[in-house]
Amino acid sequence: MNIDPNIVEDAARELYIRALKVLPPDIKAGFDQLSERESSETGKAVLGTMIRNIAVAEDTNNLLCQDTGVPIYNVTIGRNVDFDGATLKEAIRKGCERATKEHPLRSSVVHPITRKNEHTSTGIRVPVIHFDFSDQPDEFRLEMIPKGSGSENNSWLRMAIPAEGIDAVKTFVVDCVLEAGGKTCPPTIVGVGVGGTSELCVHMAKMAATRPLGSHCEDPEGRKLEEELSAVVNKLGVGAQGLGGDATAFAVHVELAATHITMNPVAVNMQCHSARRASAQITADGVSYGF
Amino acid sequence: MAHHDITTPVTEETVRSWRVNDTVTLNGTLFGIRDATQIHMFDRGRTTRFDLNGHAVIHTAPNVRKVEKSDEYPAGYAPVCIGTTTSARMERFSRPLMEQYGVRMIIGKGGLLDDSLKAFQDLGGVYLAIVGGTAALETTWVEAIEDVDLDDLNPESLWKFRIKGFGPLLVAMDSHGDSLYSHVREEGARRRSDVLAALGVAAK
Ligand code: SF4
Repeated sequence: MNIDPNIVEDAARELYIRALKVLPPDIKAGFDQLSERESSETGKAVLGTMIRNIAVAEDTNNLLCQDTGVPIYNVTIGRNVDFDGATLKEAIRKGCERATKEHPLRSSVVHPITRKNEHTSTGIRVPVIHFDFSDQPDEFRLEMIPKGSGSENNSWLRMAIPAEGIDAVKTFVVDCVLEAGGKTCPPTIVGVGVGGTSELCVHMAKMAATRPLGSHCEDPEGRKLEEELSAVVNKLGVGAQGLGGDATAFAVHVELAATHITMNPVAVNMQCHSARRASAQITADGVSYGF
Repeated sequence: MAHHDITTPVTEETVRSWRVNDTVTLNGTLFGIRDATQIHMFDRGRTTRFDLNGHAVIHTAPNVRKVEKSDEYPAGYAPVCIGTTTSARMERFSRPLMEQYGVRMIIGKGGLLDDSLKAFQDLGGVYLAIVGGTAALETTWVEAIEDVDLDDLNPESLWKFRIKGFGPLLVAMDSHGDSLYSHVREEGARRRSDVLAALGVAAK
């Protein structure tokens, strides 16, 4: 299968706008579950407003949240796919710029030192583009995640030591959730990276925070840890928007990587309640959109 | 837990009568302000021609579309999506906003900290919590972008919105030293050891 860069560019444009407007069904279901269980009156009202907003965004064809985020594209390429990597990256960047100008969207991206906004949602190394490969024949998947700053500004890495054990990981997650309070727009998906190197640990926390609700860590120990943490995170009293109540998080997700004998790294990254993502599957027959 | 439906601007007396957990709906004028706006106003000596006295500011940077100026779009901008950003980053600007410009209400998400709470007490102000991330809904409360100042900072310009039925917003910090966020922080610290115990960790 040959990948046409024009199709990728159009899909990159379309995905940014789609992601900003329609929440995935797993997140909507997560809202329903949290509101059924909510015991605080304020919490119920806040969740009710969030659920109403999802409907208003769809009815008025508007963005769910004003924060267009930092654009992230995850590309998964299967077997027997012919592509030119450099052209592909350029196509994704162009699609992202076109979404910003043509919709129009607020460009939330600036130069880190001059703070200059080019009003394109792009800049040095942005959009963030990750490439991965799968063993599926003729697969080409493009996922788009607009990562909001409220949640991204609350990201942590701790290079704990082996003597602190798994307790250091658990304590760190609890303390990060408390420190984030309402700043991350809870309910959140709390993403936890355990192990690896420093940058891999942070990257895994982001992968964990942005994967669908109901998905699990593939490693049994990781899965056990995410179940344990998910069971207690809503007992901290932070609540929706940090105004108190039960709905602090939809879930805690964990990703693992092997690490060094002397290391015990843990990272936390959160995805806010506007847990936006959209994806496109490109095949020889055309493009199909989903979440 | 009273509800107040008001038209801006408001007096100090009015704001001082509001308590944490009251709700407020605003009508009239609302100013949009953000990190860069306030960095330029308070660190770089810039001023605005707008009169913010007795008014509400909201921590925002909206999505807008440039259009021809008209009665409907007096500033040459149509609102696309207007929402609210995390307030805590702008903590150090609350007092100067109130002292130098007479602002009475700060609208945001996630709460402000102790210095702001003290400023609300000293000068008569409140923090009104909006539900962050519900911008599609919030946009329906904005009738028009009436004017804009410091627009070289776009999207972090100083925006003047005309609003109707903007709310309900929750009084989360009042002029009597009360803050919902402090309650939640204290409660969280109290529950921390139980949660750690449930995870099999001895609390430190
Ligand atoms: S944290 Fe998320 S929901 Fe809240 S304002 Fe930012 S992007 Fe929107």
